[in-house]
Amino acid sequence: MFDNFPLWPVPASSGAGNVDALFIFLVLLAGFMCLAIFTLIVVFAVKFRYRRGHRAEQIEGSVPLEVTWSAVPLAIFMVIFVWGAVIFFRERTPPREADAVYVVAKQWMWKLEHEQGQKEINELRVPVGRDIKLIMTSQDVIHSFYVPAFRIKQDVLPGRYTTAWFHATRPGVYHLFCAEYCGTEHSGMIGQVVVLEPAQYEAWLAGGSTFGSLAANGESLFRQLGCPTCHRSDIQGRGPNLVGIFGKPVQLEDGRTVMADENYIRESILSPNAKIVSGFKPIMPTFQGLVDEDQVTALIAYIKSLSRSPEGAAGPAKPAPGT
Amino acid sequence: MASTAIPVEREHYLNTDYGIRSWLFTTDHKRIALLYLVTITVFFFIGGFFALLIRLELLTPAGDLVLADTYNKLFTMHGQVMIFFFLIPSIPAVLGNFLVPMMVGAKDLAFPRINLLSWYLLVAAGIVMLHTIITGGVDSGWTFYTPFSTAFSNTKVIEAGLAIFIAGFSSILTGLNFVVTIHRMRAPGLTWSRLPLFIWAHYATSIIQLLGTPVLAITLLLVVFERAFHLGIFDPTRGGDPLLFQHLFWFYSHPAVYIMILPAMGVVAEIIPCFSRKRIFGYSAVAMSSIAIAVFGFLVWAHHMFVAGISLYSAMIFSILSYLVAVPSAIKVFNWTATMYKGSIHFDTPMLYAMGFIGLFTMGGLTGLFLAALGIDVHVTDTYFVIAHFHYIMVGGAVMGYLGGLHFWWPKISGRLYPEWLGKFAALTVFLGFNLTFFPQFILGYLGMPRRYWEYPPEFQVLNVLSTAGSTILAVGYVLPMIYFLWSMRYGKIADANPWGAAGLEWKTASPPPTDNFREIPEVSWEAYNYDEIPAPAEVPVGR
Ligand code: HEC
Ligand SMILES: [Cu+2]
Repeated sequence: MFDNFPLWPVPASSGAGNVDALFIFLVLLAGFMCLAIFTLIVVFAVKFRYRRGHRAEQIEGSVPLEVTWSAVPLAIFMVIFVWGAVIFFRERTPPREADAVYVVAKQWMWKLEHEQGQKEINELRVPVGRDIKLIMTSQDVIHSFYVPAFRIKQDVLPGRYTTAWFHATRPGVYHLFCAEYCGTEHSGMIGQVVVLEPAQYEAWLAGGSTFGSLAANGESLFRQLGCPTCHRSDIQGRGPNLVGIFGKPVQLEDGRTVMADENYIRESILSPNAKIVSGFKPIMPTFQGLVDEDQVTALIAYIKSLSRSPEGAAGPAKPAPGT
Repeated sequence: MASTAIPVEREHYLNTDYGIRSWLFTTDHKRIALLYLVTITVFFFIGGFFALLIRLELLTPAGDLVLADTYNKLFTMHGQVMIFFFLIPSIPAVLGNFLVPMMVGAKDLAFPRINLLSWYLLVAAGIVMLHTIITGGVDSGWTFYTPFSTAFSNTKVIEAGLAIFIAGFSSILTGLNFVVTIHRMRAPGLTWSRLPLFIWAHYATSIIQLLGTPVLAITLLLVVFERAFHLGIFDPTRGGDPLLFQHLFWFYSHPAVYIMILPAMGVVAEIIPCFSRKRIFGYSAVAMSSIAIAVFGFLVWAHHMFVAGISLYSAMIFSILSYLVAVPSAIKVFNWTATMYKGSIHFDTPMLYAMGFIGLFTMGGLTGLFLAALGIDVHVTDTYFVIAHFHYIMVGGAVMGYLGGLHFWWPKISGRLYPEWLGKFAALTVFLGFNLTFFPQFILGYLGMPRRYWEYPPEFQVLNVLSTAGSTILAVGYVLPMIYFLWSMRYGKIADANPWGAAGLEWKTASPPPTDNFREIPEVSWEAYNYDEIPAPAEVPVGR
């Protein structure tokens, strides 16, 4: 395709083809319908144009026709609906084993952090052929993470996490846009997604990292903030044992059950009294204002990591740290 | 044809009185319609001027014409002015005001003073809006998304919000007036099934205005409260919910699309039968589809929010409902087209607009099917695809309908004919300019160019240049009618009572009509669009 005058966006993710297929179907359908209507209008206009002495033939209407041209479009619409919904369902359900990338948006920049601890700004390096799940939040207004080549877009909201996922299929450099208007430099809030061959990606991971992994950062934060005073790896603590809770249902004091996902952990840290775990007292202090979005992200990564290795302790397992 | 039988000094609503007071304190719905016409024309050109600046900025990828902040204000105010001060009042407040009483055979609307009040409200709102514009403007986007609008924007959000808040009352009162008039003031014999479809369309529109606008008013008030008094309603750092705002906003603003398009559909349903010399095909289907649109239109708002963070399943429900609301629109298109079948078609200016309307509305509607498809919406929402789609509906549809209606009823309003060839030329210019402006934006959108971008990657430039070129042509097409309408008021040929040979009570009284519309209240014993009983104007169509 021409560089200066592209007519079709490059498809670079496993989902892009599905979106394109439906799009092409719709273009054909819409093209056909337009053509049909336009042809009818032109044909009628020519054939039934005013001529001296010629009179219009009065026609009331026709119930069978009305029924047909309501029912047939409706049936076609339902096909489109199902097709679109299937694609969407896939877009919105990330595979379980996807690698997480934490995204923090702020006016007017994208901060990206890999689980291994690499931090990037306005540039996201990912390996080709792997499922990547984005866990996103904003520090200020609503933004939207949009990579046209992947055909994915998801608004990024302050005060909660939204997620998106993709599976890049083609190495290259692709646009990353903020698609939700966010103020002065909205159109400058752009970046790129760099899809690398797995080997290149590994090399990059090994190279740059001077920080510990995200979960390790989270662990030290966990200690610094004094979480282990209440959250211990046994059942003795004043707070629940956090080992293995991630991704499991949690029984609440008011009888409801919620899924312990990123949003729930986040809420537990920032407004702990919103949902009280069954059998515990609402004594956990809020950490709102004490931790920023990056730190919340790290804490979540740590709590998640506790669910992967059951051995990992959520408290003063080894030497008692600063209690 | 222009008739010499009309005495020059016949009294009509325009020459009963001349002073400025006779206009500012009038309760005559026809004069109020003209007050509206002048007001919204001013706003149309202000909004259009903003649009041209936007297109000029986008001529090049770099932000080089205006500053980023200025650009953000331009698209915000373009949207606010065009939607709240032009499109929403356009057909209802001008043509509806003029025609609803006449079409139902009444001497005026049910509440003439309230009618005047709604004009004053629009003017008051307009003054606040103009003040906002002149003293620095607002950059929240016409959508006022929170928490940007309530906690981050440094511009005049409160003032703009109040302007729209006030304009909303104007809209509510107009709707109220129409509903009561249509229910209570129909001439004897004018049953519901004999009403012109223009009336059905306005009835449906009025229902939306009455039920929807208060929600917008409340929402804007909450924005003002959060911004002014730092309450936590939508801002998550104060315990609010930003999605709540979007739900409330679109609960009104999606139906508002139908406030803009339904009246245009009503206009087209008058024009096509007249110039096809035929009864409309499927009267009750067209009438009922207006009501269906008004009702279903309230159930689809969250299709603006598929990627906003709503749940998977609510997105699915709103997607399927959006397809349901597409059916009545499709029904209308088919019936209009079928009306031309076996007609005796005249191609006067209003008919050109009506045919253009069908074409552009069809394209706008069909691209709506793309957006309602969840998987596609994720990719194209908040891109130029959406911009193109809704301009096809609101400019290709609503504005074409408005212009078609103005040309159709101009002889009735002014008592004069405009130069027919110029009318045709302008209609064609609008059609071509419009397509050149907005069609490339569909492609831009699928390529991924986000909306509200001041700068953009260079590969999008060619399509943007096409679009900007189109917009200058479109501008010419819009300025022309204003010039020849003004010209015709003085120099145009005198129109007789029914220059198109149209059905409808409004054509049974003189042009321009007397202040109380009818010498005596007509008694209706015929169906609408009884074109078999009305001869086409002489043998030769008007204006040739
Ligand atoms: C003063 C004791 C205390 C401290 C300190 C404390 N918590 Fe808690 N935490 C609790 C209690 C009690 C609960 C259960 C009641 C509730 O849900 O609020 C809890 C609940 C939680 C939960 C939900 C657990 C579940 O099983 O659903 C998470 C996650 C959590 N805390 C994380 C943290 C983190 C991270 C820190 C440190 C930044 C921390 N807590 C500090 C007492 C504490
Ligand atoms: Cu942004």
